[in-house]
Amino acid sequence: MGLTKETDPHRFGFETRMVHAGHIPDAVTGARAVPIYQTTSFVFEDPEQAAQLFELKRYGDIYTRISNPTTAVFEERIASLEGATGAVATASGMAAQLVTFLTLLQAGDEIVASSQLYGGSITQLVHTLRKFSIGVRFVDPSNLDEWEAALTPKTRALYGETIGNPRGAILDIERVAALGASRGIPLIVDSTMATPALCRPMEHGATLVVHSATKFIGGHGTAIGGVLLDSGKFDFSRYPTIAAPSPAYHDLRFYDTFGHYGFLMKARAETVRDTGACLSPFNAFLLIQGLETLSLRMERQSASALSVARFLEGHPAVEWVAFAGLPSHPDHALAAKYLPKGAGAVFSFGLKAGSGEEARAAGKKFIEGLQLFSHLANIGDVRSLVIHPASTTHQQLSAEELSKGGVSPGLIRLSIGLENVEDLLWDLDQALPAR
Amino acid sequence: MGPGPGAACAITLNSSLTPEQQRLYQDPLVIQRLLREARTIAIVGLSTDSQRASWCVGSYLKGAGYRVIPVNPKAKKILGETCYPDLASIPVPVDLVDVFRPAADCLEVARQAVAIGAKALWLQLRLSNIEAAEFAASHGLAVVIDRCVKMEHGRYSGGLHSAGMNTEIISARKASLR
Repeated sequence: MGLTKETDPHRFGFETRMVHAGHIPDAVTGARAVPIYQTTSFVFEDPEQAAQLFELKRYGDIYTRISNPTTAVFEERIASLEGATGAVATASGMAAQLVTFLTLLQAGDEIVASSQLYGGSITQLVHTLRKFSIGVRFVDPSNLDEWEAALTPKTRALYGETIGNPRGAILDIERVAALGASRGIPLIVDSTMATPALCRPMEHGATLVVHSATKFIGGHGTAIGGVLLDSGKFDFSRYPTIAAPSPAYHDLRFYDTFGHYGFLMKARAETVRDTGACLSPFNAFLLIQGLETLSLRMERQSASALSVARFLEGHPAVEWVAFAGLPSHPDHALAAKYLPKGAGAVFSFGLKAGSGEEARAAGKKFIEGLQLFSHLANIGDVRSLVIHPASTTHQQLSAEELSKGGVSPGLIRLSIGLENVEDLLWDLDQALPAR
Repeated sequence: MGPGPGAACAITLNSSLTPEQQRLYQDPLVIQRLLREARTIAIVGLSTDSQRASWCVGSYLKGAGYRVIPVNPKAKKILGETCYPDLASIPVPVDLVDVFRPAADCLEVARQAVAIGAKALWLQLRLSNIEAAEFAASHGLAVVIDRCVKMEHGRYSGGLHSAGMNTEIISARKASLR
């Protein structure tokens, strides 16, 4: 039956899990690196086994839209790093989030979400989920009373980011999770900016974690991907979408049948199956390469980000710096609690400039002067990145509309990479106005 | 294809037991030995409903090569196997007694398991009765509680891994084909 022999139980550390978890050299070739199973489908043993696989009565691969051996290594590895019971990989971070919502929620349900989210997430919550008759209420993430006041009998999920956009707000995971737990509502955390190397939200009470693996997990700007994870600790027995017989899977009761794997099994067997938002095996391979150096990169990039933030805070051309690693940030104490190894490598700062249009022009000029920072719309690369929202992603908005979205005309967002930090400081200094 | 002779971390996730109870009744070495050595598994409370967890576990274990004996006073045959009203009625030796009954019934099942000379008592996931566990253990049975036989088999045979789950098995050695 191919079972393991007895060995001593031992708990392996984070770095060991980064390079080993989820992959054992296969019995035939012994290949040490994770092989890429670039195949759409898998041959059945016999008709009976095929039927059992389709009924979820046996584990195994059928079709890469549902599962794939390379993708499974990525899934188990990130689950091991987050301390989760399991994971489902998706085509992107946006897909991970959508799959999570579509698995948990049904028409008429509501989400209470932090207002400090990635813009794409806000659009998905407000506009796309509205088409499914799922509502959203936004709250100031630092105000627990606002979270509580927004709860209604229809609330089925709480949503926030470990490190929020664009001002680096740190979610008080323990308190928000406890509020949810007291009402039987799971907290979902987007931990893209932290990664499990800096913060593991499930250790603080979060039920579900989602990532854009495109960012620091992949780390090299090579692949789009996402993942959703479940702590396995939430009691879904009275949660209709997970506990009730599922008409989309011949009335299977996922929580009764799969216990703490119920949510993830449903997410995979129904939501990813039906949306088709699967991760490609090749991208899974690239993301696995990223995971193998995750803590090394996160610690170095966070440390460099702190150096850069300090430098900018002392620079006469800089009005403000919003980095939770700095004592000047309102969430510095929360960062010390939840992110003791570093407050991440993405933050924003504002240029000193007068009116809205003047600030917008100053931002544009600064970007044009940079030699080493890549001007593009991504974060979490080994190369340092910069974007000026007022002249790019938000250029069609007026100064008033910008400030409503928390984006001032002079706001610059940086993602600090692995370059020599002295070189980064040199580049910023030569591009900033001398005054 | 199994994961080979790797070290398996004790899984502390997803259990209502105390750490001491987990050490006693969720020992990965005991679980691995039971899965490897057991041949005949009596499932007490095996349902006739193919959408119930007990049926899924029974069907899975049968597919994995174990002889599954249903124990259910209300059925004649389940999964194509003759069904018995209680453990005492089973005419062959039983290696493992797997229990899908309310916690209050578990002590009586433990007494019967001891009486028929079963080698192990296993109370399924989310099922815990320490008195039953202690009774069986004091009579020399290996005891596992608040764990699922199917999940544990899937953990050590690679199936759970293919579903993206965290098996907590880490090894740099080549997997075994058998």
